[in-house]
Amino acid sequence: MPGAKRLLPLAVFAALAAILFAGFSLRDPHLLPSALLGKPFPDFDLPLLADARRVGRDDLVGAPRLVNVWATWCPTCLAEHGELLRIRMETGLSIVGINYKDDSAEAIAWLNRYGDPYDFNIVDSNGDLGVELGVYGAPETFLVDADGVVRHKHVGAVTATVWRDRFAPALRNLLER
Amino acid sequence: MTRALIPLVRLVLLVGGVPVLAASAIDAFGFEDAQAATRYQRLLAEFRCPKCLNESLASSGAPIAVDLRRTVRRLLDAGESDDSIRAHLQARYGDFVLYDPPLRPSTWLLWFSPLLLALVAGVVLARVVRRPAPAPTATEREQARQLMQKIQ
Repeated sequence: MPGAKRLLPLAVFAALAAILFAGFSLRDPHLLPSALLGKPFPDFDLPLLADARRVGRDDLVGAPRLVNVWATWCPTCLAEHGELLRIRMETGLSIVGINYKDDSAEAIAWLNRYGDPYDFNIVDSNGDLGVELGVYGAPETFLVDADGVVRHKHVGAVTATVWRDRFAPALRNLLER
Repeated sequence: MTRALIPLVRLVLLVGGVPVLAASAIDAFGFEDAQAATRYQRLLAEFRCPKCLNESLASSGAPIAVDLRRTVRRLLDAGESDDSIRAHLQARYGDFVLYDPPLRPSTWLLWFSPLLLALVAGVVLARVVRRPAPAPTATEREQARQLMQKIQ
């Protein structure tokens, strides 16, 4: 069939175009897979935002929690703030904040102004805990189980859709085990 | 120098200047010995900044790159080997940070697809070259005969 042979270059081109389209447009190249999934939350020794007490990994275990990396300089953090408040109110899930490379006084003022969904906030002023967590931009949110193991990670705003489709099923899995 | 060469010289100066500018993004690092400083710079060039997609830790001015440079420096000062520094960053940021990705099932396609492509090209080329030329038609034979006559 000579017709089929003549169409071969077109078919190869179409296949290549499809692969490149998928590679370049469907997947956001800024989203990196977390290397931390299934691994214990790293140990740390950092002060609280509210007072000078220091906390560590032991303060995170005992119950499943969201750990949310945020800062006042991060507009997306403000965008997701309402959803975090709603999650805290409606599900009662514990949320711990990591105030990431921020000014503590400004962070406290920010929480007073927009509401505070956090059980407590850890001050990571130079970003060292961020590096331990593989954070490369705020906001990032981790679901940590009662044993302190990271079960899910989301980069970018936690929206109602992200909560419903990603975090809620992951949390349900944790609670059923 | 002719005038025509001036744009070319400008281009060379422009492109040649880029690495110099990029290197200046590295924070001042007071190393005691030159060997450690070289090692530090070589390591930074091996890692990709997680935020900027195609800049090394050495050249990026992103805040996360500053943090990661500080981390590399801390590990270096603690006497860690190159391999353990690589493993440290990879454990936190995944394969993405390594410009030289490790060989494993999920990266086979990445490593071997060029080889596969070269093989396919070789097979196609071999088939094209070996294909027997079609027998000349009567007209072609006549043309050839006439050409030969002309030469003689």
